[in-house]
Parts: sequence; C-alpha cells; structure tokens
Amino acid sequence: MGSVSAILFLAGLCAVLAAILAAAHKAFYVWEDPRIEVVTDMLPGANCGACGLPGCRAFAERVIEGDFQPGQCPVGGADTAGEVASYLGIEVGSLERRVARLLCAGGSDESHHAAAYQGFSSCRAAATIGGGFKGCTYGCLGLADCEVACTFDAIHMAENGLPVVDLEACTACGDCVDACPKDLFEIMPVRRRLVVQCRSLLEGDAALDECRVACTACARCVADAPEGLLHMESGIPVMDPEKEHLESRLATLRCPTGAIVWLEGQQFPELTEVADAV
Amino acid sequence: MSGSAARTFKHGVHPGDFKELTRELPVERVPLPAVLTVPLSQHLGAPSVPLVKVGDYVRRGQLIGKAGGYVSANLHAPCSGTVRSVGPAHHPSGKMVESVVIERDAASAQVLLPMDVQDWRGQTAEEIVGTVAEGGFVGLGGAAFPTHVKLTPPEGKHARFLIVNAAECEPYLNSDYRILLEQTEAVIEGIQVLMKALGAEKAFVGTEDNKTDAAEHLRGALPPDLNVEVLVFETKYPQGAEKMLIDAVLHREVPSGRLPIDLHVVVNNVGTVAGVGQMYLTGQPLIERVVTVTGPGIRQPRNLLVPVGTPLEHVIDHCGGMTEDTRQILFGGPMMGQAQRFLDVPVMKGTSGILFLTDREVVERTEYACIKCLRCVDACPVFLNPSRLGALAKARLYEDMLDHHIMDCMECASCSFVCPSNIPLVQRFRVAKGLLKEQAARDREREGAK
Repeated sequence: MGSVSAILFLAGLCAVLAAILAAAHKAFYVWEDPRIEVVTDMLPGANCGACGLPGCRAFAERVIEGDFQPGQCPVGGADTAGEVASYLGIEVGSLERRVARLLCAGGSDESHHAAAYQGFSSCRAAATIGGGFKGCTYGCLGLADCEVACTFDAIHMAENGLPVVDLEACTACGDCVDACPKDLFEIMPVRRRLVVQCRSLLEGDAALDECRVACTACARCVADAPEGLLHMESGIPVMDPEKEHLESRLATLRCPTGAIVWLEGQQFPELTEVADAV
Repeated sequence: MSGSAARTFKHGVHPGDFKELTRELPVERVPLPAVLTVPLSQHLGAPSVPLVKVGDYVRRGQLIGKAGGYVSANLHAPCSGTVRSVGPAHHPSGKMVESVVIERDAASAQVLLPMDVQDWRGQTAEEIVGTVAEGGFVGLGGAAFPTHVKLTPPEGKHARFLIVNAAECEPYLNSDYRILLEQTEAVIEGIQVLMKALGAEKAFVGTEDNKTDAAEHLRGALPPDLNVEVLVFETKYPQGAEKMLIDAVLHREVPSGRLPIDLHVVVNNVGTVAGVGQMYLTGQPLIERVVTVTGPGIRQPRNLLVPVGTPLEHVIDHCGGMTEDTRQILFGGPMMGQAQRFLDVPVMKGTSGILFLTDREVVERTEYACIKCLRCVDACPVFLNPSRLGALAKARLYEDMLDHHIMDCMECASCSFVCPSNIPLVQRFRVAKGLLKEQAARDREREGAK
C-alpha cells in the first residue's frame, strides 16, 4: 500500500512539474535564428575582436542582420567569407586587408643602448624604468611584448631585436598595438606602400646620434612626394589619408637615412629569413 | 631614542639608513652651469605653456612658462640668459619632454627679479593660494603635485589640520633634514602662510627619530602662540607616504579611493613649506631646491642648492666626479628613485636627491619561486597581498588584480625589498597598473564614442 501511494504521489508531482515546464516553454519561448549557429561554426572561432565586435558569434549575428559583410572578418580570409556568403546568399563584401606595421627600424645594428637593463624580459617592464635602456627614447626595445601578445603567431623577433610581422598570418587584430609600450605598431591597409619607419620627434643630428635610420625631419620626402600627400608633423612626415592614392616611390629616393620606405610586401625583407629560421 | 618615539603607522620596513654620508654637510650653492634645460613638465598634470621663444633674453626669476591648466604649474627662469631652444629634450622620466634651454648670460650678476609679493597677513586665503600658484610651487617631496591645488579643498570640504612632511624615510637623503636645520625661519613662515590659506586650526610636523636634533631645533624656534606640534616617529619606511604619515600623526586611515582632505587633512613636504615661506620673505619663486647628492659612487657627497634645470653632469662635476665602479644613477632615493640613462637630464622641482650606486649595491639577483612566506604581506603599508598580486601579474591576469586592489598600491617597493625570492614585485605591479590604466582609458574612449 505504502509503495503504491509513493509512486502515485511522485507521478502526480512529475505531471504538475511537466505542465509548468511546458507552460514556461510556451510563455518564454525565444526564437533564435538557426543560421547564427551555423555561421558561427564557419567562422575561425578565434574571438579576437579584429572585426570590432566582441567575438565570432556577435559577428555572425550582425552579418545575418545585414550590418556586416562576411568579408569583414579579417581572420577567416576569402574562403571563409565565400562560404558564409554563399550559405546566406549575400554579397561577400570587400574587405580591405589590413596588417600591423612596425614604425621603427632601429635594430641592434642601427641604434645603441644607453644603459644596461636587469629585470624580467618585457618591454613594458623595461619601459617603467626610466623609459627603457635604449639610446632612442621612441624606438623598439625588442623584448618581445608584441610577440607574446600575438595570438596568431604572426610576430617573430629577428636576430637584431626587431619584431617581424608575417603578412600572411597577421589579422590586424590590434593586440600588438595595445601591447607595445612605445606605440610603434600601426594597423594599415596592406596595399599602403609608403611607410615612415620611425617615430622619433628629434631632428637632425640629435636624431642621428641615437639611430642610424632615424627620421631627421629634413622634409625632403615632403618636397618630393606629389603635392599634398605628405606633410611634417612634430618632426615626422605624415600621410594625408585622403590622398593615399597619390603615393609614390619618389618620396623615398632622397631620404638620407632610409627612414621612409617603399614596401613590397613584408617589412624588413632582409630579416625575414632569419626570423623564419629561428 | 626610539623608546620615546610616538606610535607610527602599521607595517612598513626598516631599510638601512646610510644618511651619515651627507648628514652633517651644510647646504651649499652650486655655481650656475653654462646651459640649463628647464622641462615644461616637471609636475603632475598638464605641461606648462612656454611664454618665451628662441632668442629671448630672460631674467632670473622671470615667468617663462604659464600653467597649462588648473592642475599645472608656472615656471620661472632659474638664471638670466638667452633662450637657445624650445623643444624635446631628455627628461628624468625617460621620455623626451618639451623643454626651454637657457644659455646663461656670463656677464650678468644673476640678480633675482623678485615677484611682487604682498604680506600674507593682509591677504585672504584665496589671495595666498593665488600667490603660491604664481610662484610655481609643487610638492618637493618627489611627486611634484601642484601646491595650489592641494591648498584648494574641493567644494564642501575643509581642512582642519596641516601636516608638514619631514619624514624623509628614503635612505641616503638628507635634504629635508638640512632644510629643518638651516631654513627654520622659512619653514615657520611657510607653516603660518599655509595654515592661513587652509584655515587650519593646527599644524603638525612629522619627522623620524633619526632627525631628533632637527625636531628639537624647530621646537625651540617656534613662536609660542603658534599651534604647531612637532612629532618624532620611529624611523620606518615608507613613513613619508602621505597616507602613512596621516596614520602616524592622527591614528586615522585614509580609506581606499579617498583623499586626505576627506579626513580634513592636507599634507605638504617641508621643502615646499620652506619654499613658500622663502617666497614671502624674499620674493623668490620656485627656481632652485635642496638636493642631496650622495652614494658610494660619487667622490664628494654633498647637500646642494641646485637651480632647476641644472644638468646632471654639472652636478657630478661639482661633486668631484663619479667613482670607476658607479653602476646606477637614481633621481630620488634607493627605494623609489628613478634610474637615469643620460647625463644631460636636468634636476627638476621634484628631485630630492641624486644617488650614485656602485657594483657593490647593484647586484643582479636570480628570481626564485614564491615560497609563500608572506613577508611582503607583513611589509605592505596599505594592506595588500603582494604575493597573490605578484602571481596574478606573472600570469598576466591583470583584470583579476583589480579585485585585489592593485590600484591602491603606491609602488613603495617594501614588498620587493623583503622578498627572499627576489621577485620583482613592484616592477610587475607597475606594468600591470600601466596596462590597466591604458585599458580604462580605451574603455572610456569607447563609451564616449557610443
């Protein structure tokens, strides 16, 4: 008798709870676009934030809503974008591929150290002590904070202490920009050729004393470049983004130090092989 | 003497004293160098705006830089001469900072162009604060916070107590000690001026029991009708930290995220107080300061009166040069001083000492694993857990450090000092705080963009 009433009671309880759950399911039902899940799976899953959204799922949602185009995921590349676009039946959208460029060329052969640093190996840590050990206050310290920060294994330190960005692997996520205590990385379109690889605000000999490849603010590049492309700003030539289509190799020809360069792909091509070998 | 010392703050450490190198040496004036580099940013807050251009002739004491905002400070020419350039120059912080370079006029007698200072007894509190701002005063203890801002309590708050910070807890340094002994008149004048400016009912002078004679000297010189108490505490680091000194004097703790003014207290360094007093006595703005030049690496340790903007190498030459084995030059004391990598950096308003350390003191130590001895916890004057914070910093879990109140860390280095495993705790914390501040700034920017 006792066992029967127990079974009946539990069965009744189950029925009541099931009814509540069923009602709740009806009342609080949220429809979710099943495509979000599918598109999220297609995306790289790095959650790097390079697209400007807080992760791949958010990107999938916005693509489906139409705010973003599949091509705007810099990590996935053309294959992923094509896959997502054909699944959703929308345009791929053009993504201007962008990469991180280092605005310093002062490796151990070009610039000198003004002090010895003892302490743990991190640019930021070194920079907390009197701005670092390098003669040039603005230059790369070479202790690899960017290499550590890069989630895509796109940055490798070359033998002369400069980080080399692997153009294929770089997704322009901007982690290196945040990691560098000297603000030496800039995310720019990969097709931009004309880059000033120096951020020293010093001019003339004062700049050269610290580094062989420093910008001396002579402004020859400004004079040689097509009208309006470059102008000097606190001792550094700066490009007018509106006139980017005018960029020309002419600007680099008379640079006495080679601070302004015309890039054919990778920065520091002479260092790349070393970096690959390491 | 420590038996009679008053109760002090909790925790802290006892580094060696090393003050005997310059303790008994009276302050002497450094001859003016041929060229002075006066940075436009020597204080916390916005840089000063230059009022001179290349080629201008300036007179000693003339205003050459205007405060670039409310939290900023005026700048005066430390010597008569010609402005040679205005541009980036090496700065003790390690950055390049806009500076006015003045070439001394060798023919000039370097007579001060005095400020037009009224008698403070006839001035209102606001007028006194205005005069202090005009004189370009900043905290001379090291942080260089503009004094006129300190003297202006925020709306709805008022000061009851003025604490004069003469703790000078950093080993080696003696500038505050010498000021107490040699500029007693200016200190007393300054105390009266600042008390009037703040409307304070009582002033305390807090010092340590390695300066008992200076405390006695000051007590003897105080006018009897002035409500000033000179307190002598057990010598302990970091007694000179504002919040520690308040704890020692008033037995009250400044809560996390609050300011001394919330306890009706304003703390000023004795050098600042003496400087303000001096200004009212002679009309001299802040153009020079007492600097202890000391350490085993300098041939003739001295206490010097150095014009702001004097290059480090000039000071070194004046002190007989460095020894062969000098390894490190610090602006400030050994605990919190800033390492220098150039000899042309100028002495600034906030430079309390220049310390030369040799191979014997600067030893590279191997870092070992944390053994959880928690000596750092016993040392931390603001009751943090440096051991835990160090582990989080090493793992680069910076956001988690916020839950452990990393932002209350004042980087006094007591934890690194006691760590038997040589863990560079403070350096890690500085990295973490820097990154967290940048992150917060980015978040704010993003909020603003929305």
